[in-house]
Amino acid sequence: MKILIKNGRLIDPKNNIDAMRDVYIAAGKIVAIGAAPAGFTANRTIDASGKIVCPGLVDLSARLREPGFEYIATLESEMDAACAGGVTSLACPPDTDPPLDEPGLVEMLKYRARTLNKARVYPIGALTAGLKGSQLTEMAELRDAGCVAFSHADVPLTDNQVLFYAMQYAATFNIPVWLRPQDASLARNGVAHDGQVATRLGLPSIPVCAETTALATILLLARETGARVHLCRLSSAEAINMVRRARHDGATVTCDVAVHHLHLSEMDIGYFDPHCHLIPPLRSQRDRDALRRGLADHTVDAVCSDHCPVDDDAKQLPFSESEPGATGLELLLPLTLKWAEEDHVTLPTALARITRDAANILGIDAGHLSVGADADLCVFDAERYWKVEPSSLLSQGKNTPYSGLELKGRVTHTLVGGQVAYEAK
Amino acid sequence: MTKPGNPPSPLSNPLPDAEQLLARLLDQMKPVVGPDTGIIGIHTGGVWVAERLHAALGIQVPLGTLDVSFYRDDFEKIGLHRDVKTSDLPFDVDGRRLILVDDVLYTGRTIRAAMNVLFDYGRPASIQLAALVNRGGRELPVSADYLGGDISLAVSQSVELIRDASQKLSLKLHEN
Amino acid sequence: MWLNPRNPQLNKNGELHHLLSLEGLPVEILRQILDTANSFVGVTQRDVKKVPLLRGKAVFNIFFEASTRTRTTFEIAAKRLSADVINLAINVSSTSKGESVLDTVANLSAMQADMFIVRHAASGAPHLIAKHVGPDIHVINAGDGRHSHPTQGLLDVFAIRHYKKDFTNLRVAIVGDILHSRVARSQIHALTTLGCPEIRVIGPRTLIPAEIRGLGVHVYHDMREGLKDVDVVSMLRLQNERMKGALLASGQEFYKYYGLNDEKLALAKPDAIVLHPGPMNRGVEIDSSVADGKQSVILPQVSFGIAIRMAVMSIVAGN
Repeated sequence: MKILIKNGRLIDPKNNIDAMRDVYIAAGKIVAIGAAPAGFTANRTIDASGKIVCPGLVDLSARLREPGFEYIATLESEMDAACAGGVTSLACPPDTDPPLDEPGLVEMLKYRARTLNKARVYPIGALTAGLKGSQLTEMAELRDAGCVAFSHADVPLTDNQVLFYAMQYAATFNIPVWLRPQDASLARNGVAHDGQVATRLGLPSIPVCAETTALATILLLARETGARVHLCRLSSAEAINMVRRARHDGATVTCDVAVHHLHLSEMDIGYFDPHCHLIPPLRSQRDRDALRRGLADHTVDAVCSDHCPVDDDAKQLPFSESEPGATGLELLLPLTLKWAEEDHVTLPTALARITRDAANILGIDAGHLSVGADADLCVFDAERYWKVEPSSLLSQGKNTPYSGLELKGRVTHTLVGGQVAYEAK
Repeated sequence: MTKPGNPPSPLSNPLPDAEQLLARLLDQMKPVVGPDTGIIGIHTGGVWVAERLHAALGIQVPLGTLDVSFYRDDFEKIGLHRDVKTSDLPFDVDGRRLILVDDVLYTGRTIRAAMNVLFDYGRPASIQLAALVNRGGRELPVSADYLGGDISLAVSQSVELIRDASQKLSLKLHEN
Repeated sequence: MWLNPRNPQLNKNGELHHLLSLEGLPVEILRQILDTANSFVGVTQRDVKKVPLLRGKAVFNIFFEASTRTRTTFEIAAKRLSADVINLAINVSSTSKGESVLDTVANLSAMQADMFIVRHAASGAPHLIAKHVGPDIHVINAGDGRHSHPTQGLLDVFAIRHYKKDFTNLRVAIVGDILHSRVARSQIHALTTLGCPEIRVIGPRTLIPAEIRGLGVHVYHDMREGLKDVDVVSMLRLQNERMKGALLASGQEFYKYYGLNDEKLALAKPDAIVLHPGPMNRGVEIDSSVADGKQSVILPQVSFGIAIRMAVMSIVAGN
């Protein structure tokens, strides 16, 4: 299969290209950019006039709900959603049922994903057996089975000695550890940011210090153990400052934020909207603005969808009893573009945060359009407005705080390994 | 008299003077009320009329006031009245002769509600009705025992009792 | 959607359709409730304490959290309005979750309910229910989590108006566990809307949320300083479980520093009144000599509570 994508504006942040270039694809790889290679005859030509052609998006956190939660979402539905959102590589957290703590489970997931022939799935292994926080997993074995990093997802790891050993052990094999900083005891029973809104609505709260004290611990343990640490879903201005200072002092940690936290704040909870019940909690507008600035100045390395499909029964409950999370795979691109437009961030920089930079954190060869690379790419119309309607999302998770919002930027084609995995109707 | 369905013009058929109606009402009541008669005005216009009657008749028993909002039969249709007043019956109604006072007698539903209120306070010896003006259009078997006068209005019209700063009463016509 | 999205307790005409919180209620509606309640106080003093207003209406008391007192006052209020009252205590212990709130409500709606009186341990549960009931059903919040207890807040401001007449020259102190108190939040919103110029909250730092100043109140940690020259002292109930956890050292120490006794009450204005939502912990937040003293209006509060609930029910049922 040979595909020509012509007349598009090619943006490839890694190769520093932003120009009108045609892309030539053969045997799943990019064979040329710009001029056609000798003897190239396309089986299919995609006219990208007026559109942008960029590397397929790399999403650092998407819950696919398999294994264990197929009633909420299936690999099929979520991989379709990924492709509809232009996402061609995604990392999935280990909080499945059972958790990803055995090589067999990881191999099964990789196998299931491969047979679907959609986006590429990069499992993140469980740091401790069953995510129970006491016994380390066989990280080296799990890495060989396909895990790219290890984390504790959103399950509290309360024992700092276990965390310390886990980081030492991971460092032994140079395996990255991904941690979302939150002190479980300071966050106990909390469901919303300890601010104006939680005070008014009487919602049990999670103070910023739950994030910052845990972050301080992680930064110190990282220095002590030499572990490669990636910080997931930072939510507060203070946490961004701490990362900035730690980097200044020589730390090599990376970090990401969820795309929802760039646009929403505690105010959006309104009258107890369970769709704004997220982990970490939506914080103040000041915090949100700090995350946006941090992403622009690259203190924050990447932005992810933090895709969490939740079924209606689990959302239609009183706020504190509802299950946290929002669907995100199909919204990552338009919400990133919205941030860029509002904060005057250039398109190549914005796209870098969801392609090149995310791929670097994952340590995978993706997120660029170099000749010879896998032909994972995304064609989108940056000017096209569309209305978020839960029923029209491909994800089985219809839980979104953006219902009814007009967003700009819609994917028209997604290619994975040179195959058209999604095409807008 | 105007034929039904042919509303009289307020200019050609001006409303009677409320003060004259009050004087006529007073003339009718003077010979029959005793010192123990309970006078009860229905909010809001009826209270104004009752205050004047109460003072002019020299009655010893303090004036009573009634708000019938909690007993109205149009609650289902229009909800609770916006400006509910307090009912105040500063005397025992049991065995007493009572005179209810209202400004405009129309369907009779307000009087029905007022009687229900009174019976939740006790068992009066008798209840009579005094109205400043009767505009016809009764929907219940109610009639006034003492009446200032009659007027004829179309269904689309209503009349309101006004009290100015000098306590002078007058009638005002509304086209709905 | 027939409700106003900016304030889901009001209908499109701006009238009260549900009573979920006192926050954001227009002052005219607050006054209408207080004035109507005043008329009902007269009714509750008669021999026949019933009016026919809600004849034939079905009022469901749905209590997901146990409370005999509040349920009883709502029941009395509904019966005095001639409504049919059905009491449902729904067991939601953490072990047996059972059917969801919305399933329960859907079932009861199918029984031709006209009004739901809802108490729930989770903040926002009445909002959730109000969002999902049909347009003919009214929801009244009888206390949700730490969020709101609007009829309690209303009866408190009713008592304050009854004794003090005017809000615009009052200093009110609310004392105790502000953090967990839906009563405190309701009082603060009602007093602010009615024009009370100075509201103080008094308690240890562990029981006062840092952001409470955003509601326009002054924070005091020293009770003696906070009570100085106030017109109204509103004591909050300290839940028993709070005395055991990490928020407080002991009931005794709390009483010593934040309990109201005659000596501390003497710092307030001589004609200051004392409120308490009940049930009281004598010797924990309030001394018996204050609770039973001449400045206490705690018992009148209870009878005002019935008039307030009659007023709220008859106003929403008519809208």
